[in-house]
Amino acid sequence: MSKEWPLWEVFIRSQHGLAHKHVGSLHAPDAAMAVNNARDVYTRRNEGVSIWVVRAADIVASSPLDKEALFEPANSKVYRHPTFFPMPEQVKNL
Amino acid sequence: MQEMEETLMYAQMVETGLSKVRTEQDMSAEEAAFQARIDAGIKIEAKDWMPDAYRKTLIRQISQHAHSEIVGQLPEGNWVTRAPTLQRKSVLLAKIQDEAGHGLYLYSAAETLGVSRDELLQALHAGKAKYSSIFNYPTLSWADMGAIGWLVDGSAIINQIPLCRCSYGPYARAMVRVCKEESFHARQGYDIMMSLAKGTPEQKAMAQDALNRWWWPSLMMFGPSDAESVNSAQSTAWRIKLFSNDELRQRMVDQTVPQAEYLGLTVPDPDLKWNAARGAYDFGAIDWSEFYNVLKGNGPCNRERLRTRVKAWDDGEWFREALVAHADKQAAKTAAA
Repeated sequence: MSKEWPLWEVFIRSQHGLAHKHVGSLHAPDAAMAVNNARDVYTRRNEGVSIWVVRAADIVASSPLDKEALFEPANSKVYRHPTFFPMPEQVKNL
Repeated sequence: MQEMEETLMYAQMVETGLSKVRTEQDMSAEEAAFQARIDAGIKIEAKDWMPDAYRKTLIRQISQHAHSEIVGQLPEGNWVTRAPTLQRKSVLLAKIQDEAGHGLYLYSAAETLGVSRDELLQALHAGKAKYSSIFNYPTLSWADMGAIGWLVDGSAIINQIPLCRCSYGPYARAMVRVCKEESFHARQGYDIMMSLAKGTPEQKAMAQDALNRWWWPSLMMFGPSDAESVNSAQSTAWRIKLFSNDELRQRMVDQTVPQAEYLGLTVPDPDLKWNAARGAYDFGAIDWSEFYNVLKGNGPCNRERLRTRVKAWDDGEWFREALVAHADKQAAKTAAA
């Protein structure tokens, strides 16, 4: 059995986008081939202007089991949003 | 019939490996929690606990779906060099490229379940894993490109839209992307049919001939009636399968008959008749012996399709190995520098 190519995750930033979005994955022998193949497979319909490829093995993800512990504390801190603070009508630029 | 249960392809015949649907009594606490998530419409993701049978069923179904995309390129590849115009050729090539992409999304989804690409391809090349029966039919004229896009991709869309809501996250998401691209495939096919149907009498006859040959195999794509099938019932309980084979097939017929009427073509079914009471078309009996024969490997093109796939893989080995050698060499250079 020949050596299997590593797995890469592909991220694309669209023309009007601010951030790269994960669009899928592919196997490629090296970074150059990964970018070329990502272009061929994930940008046929003008999906983006920038491609990142990252070895899947290098990605560290939070555990689904930790969802509660990690994200629950933010639920009670709604004052982080400006809309929590109503401002008087006559006061401008706030 | 046991042998037939084992030869299966995506959405045509699902094998779960179970002889009856899992009940509360059968389930461990883990499995009960898993089933509760499914019932609540929560997606199962790659790292979540899942019953072995669920995992195996999905590996089988998703990989065979992937194989179908890749083998599905071959019938159309046959007409690339003989497209009537450069535009038609470009469009056909674009469709074939899409099929490669669909294969990739699906292999990727299958691989999240703990199986390697090499394993999946080995199973295909050894004739152990199957692909959709429809791709074992030959493409005999340019009109077949129209009929395939219209009827085969059309049927695939009907099957795939519900899959966008299936319980396994990676498969559902792959289907969303596939469905977006598939609509172009169906329209491209119908566009070809329209040109032919509005053309010379010879062109219209060619279109009718293609419809005659692809109609029944397209209906067979949905698989035999599964009202009695344990596998389908379990697949439904797991929310992999959302509609029965018969429901999807009926949907296809009801959608497609008016499209054929617009073309001025005749659906090759003397029993086809609108049933006002049902609000649907009644249609003739399907010859399932043909379907099972094609599954067994005796369709017109089974052996040729597999031979072509294996040859492409074998012939490309030197290139794949060279890429790895090059990558290793560059990595060594960088390390040494």
